[in-house]
Amino acid sequence: MSNTKHIVALFRKDLLLEIRQQYTFYGILLYVASTIFVLYLAMGQPEDKVWNGLFWMIQLFICVNAVAKSFLQESRGRMLYFYSIAGARDFIISKLLFNAALMVLMSITSLVLFRLLLGDVLLNPLLFTGIVCLGGCSLSLVFTFLAAIAARAQQNAALMAILGFPLIIPQVLILMRISNIAFSDVIQSGLGQLIGLLVGLDILVIALSVILFPFLWKD
Amino acid sequence: MRRYWWKILSIVLLLYAFTAGFLVKLPQQVAYEESNMYESMRNFFFHVPMWFSQMAIITVSLVYSIKYLRNPMLKNDWMAAEFAATGTVMGILGLITGAIWANYTWGAPWNNDPKQIGAAIALLVYLAYFVLRNSITDIDKRGRIAAVYNIFAYFIYIPMVMILPRMVESLHPGGKGVEGNPGLSGNSLDPAMRAIFWPAVLGWILLGVWISTLNVRTRVLEDRKLTIA
Repeated sequence: MSNTKHIVALFRKDLLLEIRQQYTFYGILLYVASTIFVLYLAMGQPEDKVWNGLFWMIQLFICVNAVAKSFLQESRGRMLYFYSIAGARDFIISKLLFNAALMVLMSITSLVLFRLLLGDVLLNPLLFTGIVCLGGCSLSLVFTFLAAIAARAQQNAALMAILGFPLIIPQVLILMRISNIAFSDVIQSGLGQLIGLLVGLDILVIALSVILFPFLWKD
Repeated sequence: MRRYWWKILSIVLLLYAFTAGFLVKLPQQVAYEESNMYESMRNFFFHVPMWFSQMAIITVSLVYSIKYLRNPMLKNDWMAAEFAATGTVMGILGLITGAIWANYTWGAPWNNDPKQIGAAIALLVYLAYFVLRNSITDIDKRGRIAAVYNIFAYFIYIPMVMILPRMVESLHPGGKGVEGNPGLSGNSLDPAMRAIFWPAVLGWILLGVWISTLNVRTRVLEDRKLTIA
């Protein structure tokens, strides 16, 4: 019971920080908008397959940028303070939740921008929105933990990308396969299996984060 | 003799695999009639054991990373790092032997085959592990953070190489359709080939352990020299 209270409190703290220091939030939003605008200038309105590939690549870069600051912004003293009042597990769970929420928001924003600028190629928009939310969550979970590692190694987002890009390939490949469904009018078989696989991977990542984070935290 | 019998066994097994691998009669049907592999099928005795032993060696690395987190002794960290290094070398060799073979059988060294992608990911993951290690100067912190990444990466990498080849069609023998097995398809092997393949796997694993432990012993000696000096 007190665990949930701690997680909620930490989640609220991140949310409040975000609302008060809005420049970070709008910073990422602007990053999303300008990247997609540049892409629009470069590509115009590409065909389905390119659209899909570009979309998930952009999600990847947005995720690195959105999640990277979540641990880097915490100073050493503040970390120690959280540790003494809440414990490592609550801390990582609240971060995972917060980043997942942030990433879902960013994914939906970029989906809207993509459909506005790069052409509305979706045949099944509602389903694709669902896939995008799930995908945003999956990406954010992996990168949250890698952000924690990079922050402990006192490195920047570049190290996070080096560590993360090989590990994120399975998720991205599954996501691309799932989202192909939204581009075709035939229902492909094995959709449930693929979504199950993705959710399974997410659960694995959460479990690993919760188990391993306390070791990362200790000093 | 009691302590180094496995080193002798490794040499004997590898000598056996290298001679028998070139001499054994290939199954006529699989090598000539049903595929275009012909004599290049012998690569099976050299390429596939590389990946089997890479898996085994990085699993040992994982075990030492877990051990380090439970008991932060420097030697555990060194073991994890050296086994990861040997595993990476095995992976590079596996990639090269595969690419040479693919050049003759598929027409090009790189074909975006799911197993080739998996192999490339494995190398990237472990190269990133070494970049991470070298970016941290504090020894205790390096051990802990590297161990955490090693465990995290392993548990994402293994499901991936199990899932990925089954999802996409593979050019690999035994990988037709969606039933692309990540390892080998059992029915294309005859007993004579098995009798060479499995000893080769064991031989390479033992050689990998030998190389890694030698490197760790060098590290221990260097460390001792530093503390005495």
